[in-house]
Amino acid sequence: MNMQQNNYIIEVQNVSKYFGEKVALDNINLKVKKGEFVTILGPSGCGKTTLLRLIAGFQTASEGEIRIAGQEITQTPPHQRPVNTVFQKYALFPHLNVYDNIAFGLKLKKLPAPIIEKKVKGALKMVGMTDYEYRDVDSLSGGQQQRVAIARAIVNNPEVLLLDEPLAALDLKMRKDMQMELKELHKSLGVTFVYVTHDQEEALTLSDTIVVMSEGKIQQIGTPMDIYNEPINSFVADFIGESNILNAVMIKDKLVHFAGHEFECVDEGFGDNSPVDIVIRPEDIYIFDPSDAAQLTGTVTSCIFKGVHYEMLVQTKEGYELMVQDYHCFEAGREVGLLVKPFDIHVMKKERTCNTFEGRMVDEKHVEFLGCEFECLPMTDIELGANVQVEVDFDKVILQDNEEDGMLTGDVNFILYKGNHYHLTVRSDWDEDVFVDTNDVWDDGDRVGITIAPEHIRLNKL
Amino acid sequence: MMNKILAKSYLWFLLALLYSPILIIMIFSFTEAKVLGNWTGFSFKLYSSLFSGGMHHSLMSAIVNTFVIALIAATVSTALGSIAAIGIFNMKSRGRAVMNFTNNIPIMNPDIITGVSLFLLFVSFGVSQGFTTVVLAHIAFCTPYVVLSVMPRLKKMNPNIYEAALDLGATPFQALRKVILPEILPGMISGFILAFTLSIDDFAVTIFTIGNEGLETLSTYIYADARKGGLTPELRPLSTIIFVTVLVLLIVINRRAEKQKKE
Repeated sequence: MNMQQNNYIIEVQNVSKYFGEKVALDNINLKVKKGEFVTILGPSGCGKTTLLRLIAGFQTASEGEIRIAGQEITQTPPHQRPVNTVFQKYALFPHLNVYDNIAFGLKLKKLPAPIIEKKVKGALKMVGMTDYEYRDVDSLSGGQQQRVAIARAIVNNPEVLLLDEPLAALDLKMRKDMQMELKELHKSLGVTFVYVTHDQEEALTLSDTIVVMSEGKIQQIGTPMDIYNEPINSFVADFIGESNILNAVMIKDKLVHFAGHEFECVDEGFGDNSPVDIVIRPEDIYIFDPSDAAQLTGTVTSCIFKGVHYEMLVQTKEGYELMVQDYHCFEAGREVGLLVKPFDIHVMKKERTCNTFEGRMVDEKHVEFLGCEFECLPMTDIELGANVQVEVDFDKVILQDNEEDGMLTGDVNFILYKGNHYHLTVRSDWDEDVFVDTNDVWDDGDRVGITIAPEHIRLNKL
Repeated sequence: MMNKILAKSYLWFLLALLYSPILIIMIFSFTEAKVLGNWTGFSFKLYSSLFSGGMHHSLMSAIVNTFVIALIAATVSTALGSIAAIGIFNMKSRGRAVMNFTNNIPIMNPDIITGVSLFLLFVSFGVSQGFTTVVLAHIAFCTPYVVLSVMPRLKKMNPNIYEAALDLGATPFQALRKVILPEILPGMISGFILAFTLSIDDFAVTIFTIGNEGLETLSTYIYADARKGGLTPELRPLSTIIFVTVLVLLIVINRRAEKQKKE
């Protein structure tokens, strides 16, 4: 029992964090093994930095427990935690030179001067900054400042090194170099790294384990390969790398129907005729001149040179748009055949197949949900004031440009392209999500009015 | 060309208007005449009698009082104002706006109102007026200026450096002392100088809080002296010295502000 606990250097249990009404973290559970390189990945505002700050101790969890090296530290102030942090904007002390910045933590521990000097020199050597001891930190470049910040953290021999988007402020070339150096550093130190980033490529390159977060929840935890090849839902599939995500129906085990055709696949256990999402990575689609081998045929609509490969959009005969990456160029307008191998079709369970809300009957022709009153078809068998379950299909929700035209308003929050339509998440003003299938193009953050026709509101007694 | 000359001469005219009184005092500090406006030849006599004359014992003590009060008031208000600035800076945005506004009220309030209200405060609490009340009053009106001069340094500071210090094992107090303090020190020094000069030249607040125990500061001494009929000639060199001192301090403050802007 105890042995097992010692394997985990960080244990986050049922941790939630609220800022007033807003939920920043929602019941997070995470275990990090000693020596692991863990990346917390997610779009801005997903709670990844908050999670890191809870581990560092700059904020305290509203609920739950955090343990580091077996010690319960949920309420421990940051200066008593065995972790050190590398900040996004370096946060070097401007009034101290490089040496004094790095020696800051050691001096607080009242170590003898010769030992401090030895350790500081060692840390500087480790980050390739020997001879910079007495430089003013403001005179250093961004990359050099970040190296000093890393040296300042690792010189204290922390159990865990926390890195909050440490490379975000650097230019691309510098970032690539620093990625390699960080990876080397991790190997040579053997310290656990917890790394926060929104850059999925960085996460794939660096990590042993990736934690994908969205909206304050952990979506998936896995190795970079797992996350890339077996995304658990459409959010993860869309966020990590390029992908084609389509609605599909699992006809039976190992046979799935999408884009107007049946395909063999390797997944099973979803149940016959159950609706699912499928993901195909653009590099997994074979593209060639039309032939009998083609499973799908279509026309190339655009072809862009991306350096190593070409990225092409193909409109199939059935009206689906697929992204294809290949070393060969098929110019726009050309007829092509497409083929996908069973192993490259990844099937994911659908999180939902229609909108479900809790509602209340106001009178026999009106129902209240989403904070508004909607007209519905006359209902005689449901008594007034009774609570009901309201179902609305994704494609029956109508979005209006002019927000006054809608019964209620919201903001477009997340857009997923599904080959022949867009699947939008609209966050209503009362913080409820409405999912919409539409052919219209909306932008993230667009303010929209929402209407639902009476005949498309299905009511179920509770 | 003509416009340029006009604009320039207008500027010089304004400056002459503003500075002629003090210039006249400065010029006539270098002559012996008892009455201002009589030039009886160049002399340093007023300066030497200012510093040696036993007859002006009360003037010397007024000078000493003024500087002691200024020093205490500036020191205390720098400490209070800096702590207040850190506190206000770390408030939530709404509380911060309210506190900033509250901090600005005493600055915009006429000195005479501040003086009268402090006078009433001391009287109603039965505090006997004298050195202590003057010092307290000066601290009260200097502190908001210190808050104002420290605040920009805090705003400019990387918000993560305090956390970085905690992260490296500093207690909150150590972090304050070793990281925040060095960062806001320039603002504190500017605030101190500002408070010092404000305290030296204050009259309106001082006259209401000084009581009648015979305590005099420079401003009240000069006022009383002028009312007695005619200014003591030694006040001319004294005004000159104070003016030059304040001028130098102001130049130092401005230089610092410019340097900070450049950074």
